[in-house]
Amino acid sequence: MTTPKSALKEETRKVVAEVLETYPEKARQKRAKHLNVYDEGKTDCGVKSNIKSIPGVMTTRGCAYAGSKGVVWGPVKDMIHLSHGPVGCGYYSWSGRRNYYVGTTGVDTFVTMQFTSDFQERDVVFGGDKKLAKLLVEASELFPLAKGITIQSECPIGLIGDDIEAVAKKATKEIGKAVVPVRCEGFRGVSQSLGHHIANDTVRDWVLPIADKRAKEGSLNFEPGPYDVALIGDYNIGGDAWSSRILLEEMGLRVVTQFSGDGTWNEMLLAPRVKLNLIHCYRSMNYICRHMEEAYGIPWLEFNFFGPTQIAKSLRAIAQRFDETIQAKAEQVIAKYQPQSEAVIAKYRPRLEGKRVMLMVGGLRPRHVIPAFRELGMEVIATGYEFGHGDDYKRTTQYIDDGTLIYDDVSGYEFEEFAKRLKPDLIASGIKEKYVFQKMALPFRQMHSWDYSGPYHGYDGFAVFARDMDLALNSPTWTLVKAPWKS
Amino acid sequence: MRQIAFYGKGGIGKSTTCQNTVAGMAELGQRIMIVGCDPKADSTRLMLHCKAQTTVLHLAAERGSVEDVELEEVVLTGYRGVRCVESGGPEPGVGCAGRGIITAINFLEENGAYEDLDFVCYDVLGDVVCGGFAMPIREGKAQEIYIVCSGEMMAMYAANNIARGVLKYAYSGGVRLGGLICNSRKVDREIELIEALAEKLNTKMLHFIPRDNVVQHAELRRMTVIEYSPDCNQADEYRALAKKIINNTDLRIPTPISMDELEQLLIEFGVLDDDQKIAHLIGKTEKELAPV
Repeated sequence: MTTPKSALKEETRKVVAEVLETYPEKARQKRAKHLNVYDEGKTDCGVKSNIKSIPGVMTTRGCAYAGSKGVVWGPVKDMIHLSHGPVGCGYYSWSGRRNYYVGTTGVDTFVTMQFTSDFQERDVVFGGDKKLAKLLVEASELFPLAKGITIQSECPIGLIGDDIEAVAKKATKEIGKAVVPVRCEGFRGVSQSLGHHIANDTVRDWVLPIADKRAKEGSLNFEPGPYDVALIGDYNIGGDAWSSRILLEEMGLRVVTQFSGDGTWNEMLLAPRVKLNLIHCYRSMNYICRHMEEAYGIPWLEFNFFGPTQIAKSLRAIAQRFDETIQAKAEQVIAKYQPQSEAVIAKYRPRLEGKRVMLMVGGLRPRHVIPAFRELGMEVIATGYEFGHGDDYKRTTQYIDDGTLIYDDVSGYEFEEFAKRLKPDLIASGIKEKYVFQKMALPFRQMHSWDYSGPYHGYDGFAVFARDMDLALNSPTWTLVKAPWKS
Repeated sequence: MRQIAFYGKGGIGKSTTCQNTVAGMAELGQRIMIVGCDPKADSTRLMLHCKAQTTVLHLAAERGSVEDVELEEVVLTGYRGVRCVESGGPEPGVGCAGRGIITAINFLEENGAYEDLDFVCYDVLGDVVCGGFAMPIREGKAQEIYIVCSGEMMAMYAANNIARGVLKYAYSGGVRLGGLICNSRKVDREIELIEALAEKLNTKMLHFIPRDNVVQHAELRRMTVIEYSPDCNQADEYRALAKKIINNTDLRIPTPISMDELEQLLIEFGVLDDDQKIAHLIGKTEKELAPV
């Protein structure tokens, strides 16, 4: 016997009210605006977002530096990304987010290396510009194959007013490579989201002008083709961009640029020459897509490569933007992978059917992965973003069911309480949540790093995704421990 | 040991007043150290007869870090045994001078510069613009603040602002206002004006220093008036101030006033015009106001 949907929805509303009760009046009023139970048919999730977190509630958000260095710029593999400031920010952002890349680290690629200006007291007092200028030359001499250097500002740079733009301009002439100053001081904005935006703006202001100049001089060495696309906002976590690129190429497109997972400086320069920008993580890179649309007339398309249904839908939507040859090939690609996906579903769906999931991730995944779960017979009963904006929550309504619990910038307390009361079978979130919930004897998968697995994008990725969810849920480990409400 | 600090609007004559007063205090047998808290490093030149002594921060920058600096390298002895040290700091428009002062004072404390002294005297740059410049009035540092001012409007604005800074740390750190020192600019009714301001700030005008060219003559020779011309009137004025500071026990928590109150005071003394009287003039150009 199942509870009727309306009763469940009412129940969830009650849970939200109860969880909010613990807060002091002022915090309760504020947090109440970030929590909602979705009503089918509405064009918005009904939550406020992109607002400063309340002190003391333990948010999982990062900072602007994390958004620029960690997300957007960090994966550009043949550039050096300098953590400019005291050593901590650099050290703890070392190695990136499992942005896979091909290259010889330390020779022509640098993603998993860490460069820092290691600010000392005297650099704060007297300014760090001299040290920065010296360091840029040293880095360029030590790593001659680096195509350029980005300066990722940590907080003190903004506080002491260093003129990193002037240093960058001067150094560009001196070393003959691009030097991009990024004002992504961590105290700016309410989350890492502003860092994405700032990073995008530096691409607009410091990279694309170089691309324009080279195009004018005819020194880009690029023959444009009718099927050129850029793959934007795929950071190649666990190889995601590779399992996406395969499909685009099989349908006859030429992927000129990967931006920024496994991407290069040169690919960035070619981005404004493509016919269509394909964007996966809308939140972190819509800004540069919009700019390229305005400045170069390049249209952009948001797509979803999680799960066979969305992949097929996306491939068709992409093909629509091209001619019949591409459209026919897209159908061939879909047909080719159909049996593979069916086999995956046939194998795992019986093991995962009816399992309920709570999601809480960053840029695009709180909505994009929902259909992939659904194809395995699983139900996402709650979802939310760390740093989403209003447009993310609008887009989310295309993916969620009536009665889904929505939480924006969920606090540690709220997340735990919701889990205790809604009793999901699986929680899919990040490293900060992982051990909290596993200690509650709840199966858990990391949805930022794919829990050191992946890829999850594309048809090949779906197979890995299904296997991983099965591993998490059906591991015999869980017979040895019990959730508090199951004992 | 008493720790005192001189604050006041930039250019008001803090460093000159501070060094002349310290010279007077030294004459009376006090053991004193001057700590210059201004990147310009001009707080000790009259004691040392030099342009600018080597500062803590410049030496630290040269060596790599402040830990590599020895106390003897930056603490010099000047007129009548007064110990002199300058925090130093970046050139204008670079880095963070406030952080520099914090670094320098911490260095002095950690290295025992404060031993065997009757007075430590901080000479602090202009206004309390950020946390760094408030360092000397924070916990465990200066307990007595002397504000150097004059009857000019901006000097009084600054004095009131500094009183606000003192009030901020009065309860947490125990800092108190020692009084106002009027360094005369020959403004009309200057004494009454500063006395009235002092009353509003819950303090007193400790001393009125008349204007005298001998101060400039001594400055030119990089000397205090007391050393250059010990028998002149001005030297005695500084001696009088020195005595007052040594004997000062009337330390108060200031009561800074609002902008409106301050302006009212200035109107009373004719420094500012009444708003109502000049309302028809506000925002009008010369041309608009020209008689038709």
